[in-house]
This record gives sequence, C-alpha cells and structure tokens, in this order.
Amino acid sequence: MSSRVMPFRGSLTSREQVSVYEFSWAAIIFVPLIAVLIQIFIPVRVRFLPIIDLPFLVTIFFATARRNPISGCITGCLIGLTQDLFAGPSHPLGMYGIALTVIGYLASSLGLKIDVENPGSRFLLTYAFFVIHQGVYYGVAHGLLREGLQWSWSHVAISALANAVIGIFVFKFLDRFKQR
Amino acid sequence: MDTFLGRYKNLIVLAAILFAQIVALAVQVRRPAQEGETRLIRLWAISTVTPIEKAVVHSQEWVQDTWTTYAYLRGVRRENRELRAELGRMKIDDARISEDARMARRVQALLAFKEQYVDSTIAAQVIGTSGSEQSRVLYLDKGSNDGITPDMAVITPTGIVGKIVQVFPDSSQVLPINDQFSGVGAALKDSRLQGILKGAANGATTLQYIMSDEKVVPGEEVITSGGDRIFPKGLPVGRVVSVEPGKDLFLNIRVVPSSRLDQLEEVLVVTKITEKMPDAKDLGPLRASDILAERLPTVPSKTEVDAAGNAKPGAATAGSATGTGTGAHPTAGTAASKPVNGAATINKPGGAATAPHTAAPGSTPGTGGVVKPKPTTTGTHPAATTARPSNSAAPVTTAPSQVGSQANRSAPTTTPKHPKTESAPNPNSDQSTIPPTGAPPQL
Repeated sequence: MSSRVMPFRGSLTSREQVSVYEFSWAAIIFVPLIAVLIQIFIPVRVRFLPIIDLPFLVTIFFATARRNPISGCITGCLIGLTQDLFAGPSHPLGMYGIALTVIGYLASSLGLKIDVENPGSRFLLTYAFFVIHQGVYYGVAHGLLREGLQWSWSHVAISALANAVIGIFVFKFLDRFKQR
Repeated sequence: MDTFLGRYKNLIVLAAILFAQIVALAVQVRRPAQEGETRLIRLWAISTVTPIEKAVVHSQEWVQDTWTTYAYLRGVRRENRELRAELGRMKIDDARISEDARMARRVQALLAFKEQYVDSTIAAQVIGTSGSEQSRVLYLDKGSNDGITPDMAVITPTGIVGKIVQVFPDSSQVLPINDQFSGVGAALKDSRLQGILKGAANGATTLQYIMSDEKVVPGEEVITSGGDRIFPKGLPVGRVVSVEPGKDLFLNIRVVPSSRLDQLEEVLVVTKITEKMPDAKDLGPLRASDILAERLPTVPSKTEVDAAGNAKPGAATAGSATGTGTGAHPTAGTAASKPVNGAATINKPGGAATAPHTAAPGSTPGTGGVVKPKPTTTGTHPAATTARPSNSAAPVTTAPSQVGSQANRSAPTTTPKHPKTESAPNPNSDQSTIPPTGAPPQL
C-alpha cells in the first residue's frame, strides 16, 4: 500500500466552501454601528467587556464572508475610524483605523484560502488576528506616535482567548445576515 | 501596466488606505487640537450617539429603579435597623469630629489660611466609555447646556474620578485618573509627601516623584494636594498598595483609587470651587493662648492640687507666667498653654494662683478675665501677661488676623467684646499670676 501525495494547488478548501456571501445594505451599515455602540456603553455596566472587541470581531466576520480584500480593507478602515471617534481627545483618529484595515485585508485574503465557516477555524483565526491587531496597534502607537504603551504577552493572550471564544457565538449570530 | 495594476490591485488599495491614514495621523500629531477644542467629526459622532446612549441608560435605570422600589423590598426592615444603629454611632463620632474641626478652623483662621470648598456640584450619569482598553475616557449625560466646562473636577462620595476634557452640548468627556494621559496633584495623608498621581495604559495608578529615601508604607491614604488647581485639596484619591524602588531616585508607589473607576454610574461634577477663609465667628472665643498652644509642644497636664485647690509649689513650676518674674526661660513667660478645662483661677491681688493645669510653659490659668501687664515688666516676653481664661469664661472674640498678630506682639491690646465677662482692670492683677519659681518650663 502506498499513498500518493497530491501537490498543493492553491486552496485548502473545496470549491463549495469558498462561496462568497453578500449582505443587505442595512446589515452592512447597522451591524458595525451597533457593535461600536455596544462597545461604547456596555462597559459602563459590564466590567470585563473592554477585553471583548466587538468591532474587531465584526470586521473579521464581514471580511471573511465577503472574501474580497478591497472591501475587507474598506470595512476595516471605516469600523476602525468609527471606533477612533469615541476613544477620547488624546487618541488620534486612525490608530484603530490602521489596525483594522490590516485585519480586514488579511482576513479576507485568508478567507479565500481556507475554510472559515468551521467553529474551530474561526476560533484559531480570531485568536491569531487578535494578536496581530494588538501588534499593529502597538506598532502604530509606539512607532509612529511614541506613546508609552506597554506590551504584555499574558494580557494579549488572555484577551485573544476571550475574543476567540466570544467570536464563535458572535459569528454564529451574524451568519443570519448572510445572503448568497 | 494594466496587468501590474490588476495583479496587485488589492495590495495597492491596502497601501493607499494605510498611507492616507498615516498621513492623517501625522497631521493630527503636528497640529493637535487645542485645549478644549473638539474636532468637528468627533462632535458630530458623539452628538449622534449621545441621545441613543442616554435613552438606553435611562430606560435601564428606570427599569432598575422600578424593580428596586416596588418589587425588591425584601430585607429593607433589617437594613433600616442596621442603618439606624450605624447612624447612632456616626452621631457620636460626629460630635467628636465636629469639635476637632472647629478647633482646626479656628487655627486656620488665625493663620489666615485660605481653604478651598466644593461650592456646587452637578450630578451626572455615566452613559458611555471609549470602548477600548487603551483609552479610558467616560461619557457623561451632562454637557455645556448644563453648565459644564472643561477642566472641572469629577468626583464621587468615595473619591475623585477625573476631570472633564471635552464638552459637547448634551454630553461631556471625562479623563479618569487611571488613564495614561492623566495627572493629578496628590499627597500622602499622614506623611504629607506630595507627588503626582499618574495613570498607565493598563489602568494602574502610581504616585510619582516621591524620593526614594522617604518612608511610605502600604495602606497609607492618598489625598488631593490641590496643586493641580482642578481638584480641591483634601479629597480622597486612594490607598497605597505597594511601594517599590523606582528609577531616577524616585519611589514607584502603586495606588488603588478610592472610587471604583470601572463601575461608575453616577458622579458629581464640581462646577464651583470657592476659596475662602474659614468662618470662625461662631466657633467660640479666640484666644491668643490657642494660637500659641498650637505652635508649641504639648505637656503633661497632671498637676497635683492640694486640698485647698491650690497647686503644690513643685507642681506649678512650668508655667512661670508672670509680669514681674525675671530669669525665666525665654518662652516661659509666653501665654501659650493649651486650652484646658481645668478650673484655673487667678487669685485676688497678692494671692497665690491656683492652677490645676499649669504644666505648660507659660500656662495661663485663671478665669478672671484679662490681666493687664505692667509696662515696666522685665525679663519676660510681653505676651507673658496675656493671661486669658482657659475655660472660656471670658469670651473675647477678635478677628483672626488681629488675634494672630496681637498674640505675637502684646496681649494687652486685645479688645474684649463682652464687657460682662471681662473683669474690671485690676491694678494689681499683673502680680496675681503664679509666682516665678525659676524652674525651666517642661517642654
């Protein structure tokens, strides 16, 4: 018995799995807005919520579902800039914008290659992207703006884990808005 | 060319978007918004979101209030009983603290010490946060329409929260003390060491710029120093939890804020701070001895009194307050005893002074009223003869600044306001003080 090793031909997913989803305009506009709104005023009541980054999760969801790097960039940029608007006067506009633009691009590019419908892959994707998101944000804050941010691997790891777990449920909920 | 653009279209779009945002960042860094100025886009965004947040938060409040008011009355009777018991205890404490406060105000008035008072506040509801871990700003439901302006202090009954940084018509933004861009003038309550309380990106607060050779113990309370001109002096800030040697010869003092900054719901915005002299009018008589007593060390108050009520010769050696005495310690003649409640009396001319509490240097026994010094007094400070009553028997109210200066000059110029309580000037009364013993004052 011998097994044949098939050469890798570009995609790890089947053709059926790389189907591109569309969304209604209402979903495209209101889902990110509601995510930002929840992110703004829920921490007043729920202490731990700042760890959960809903706009980040929504960016990943739209980027991976639409599988278009350009729309992923633009979606990430707009959601990030909206998040920047509420982050206070000492927080320049564009910090989250840059971080989420990169995430949107990477998520949509990766969505073309691998299965992103599976909860396991969603978990891993979210975990990895959260670390990248924090890294880009830290790079912008520290490298471009000379802000004295402190990098904590443990904090990033725990936050990434929390976001990855919550992300599974958020993605499951947002799947309802998908239109083929 | 078309092939190149088509092939790298995605990357080109990504680079273009990133480049645009980096340029925007550079512009903001180069031209930061002025103090109190708000970027128009932020104003629009926050003005749009604020009504929604208010509606959500207030409806949640309403539901919560309804529930707690009408449905959740279980345990109220027991809680009421406990609160009454606590109120009783606090009343007792209050009596003691009020007396201390009166005394402190008297002394402050005497020293012309201006104090800052929180004159008026506005209660506000926290309706939002920045939504990120890197920025900790909070949003309040009150704005410029309610009289809020930038740089106002935000507090809770348990401690300070932060300051207003941006104001919108119906909302305002608070920079809490644990934000990395925050700085508050703070002092340690017991040691009175002053530093700056700064926040950090991870939400920790540290008291900085305290030299490493100072002794700071965990558990010590931190209060506002008033040095930042935003928070009035003396408001609770937090408690020291750890002290470690830091860099640059300064200690690294970790402080836990008194206010639960992560669970704030209602806060008070200090809209007016008044700077005024403590009102000492209704605090009883002011005495020169009070001023000096605060400046001198205290002494033991136990003095043996014989059966006749006269102090034993050896017992009243400390207070050689006399107008005629010579050779006493320079401070011995000053009327500087701590006010005591003992029945100190001044004897009639020629009599011996009875002074149960005359151990202080220059004690001022007597209830007979003002004792005029003789102009020819030698060997003692002029104030030595300001034998004020120590038991409030002769209330002589004088303006604080006057009293302070008079005490340092000469007591005879004090002006009694209550003739009834002032005894008639007695030509011999200057000799009716405790005879000098020559013994140095017991400090």
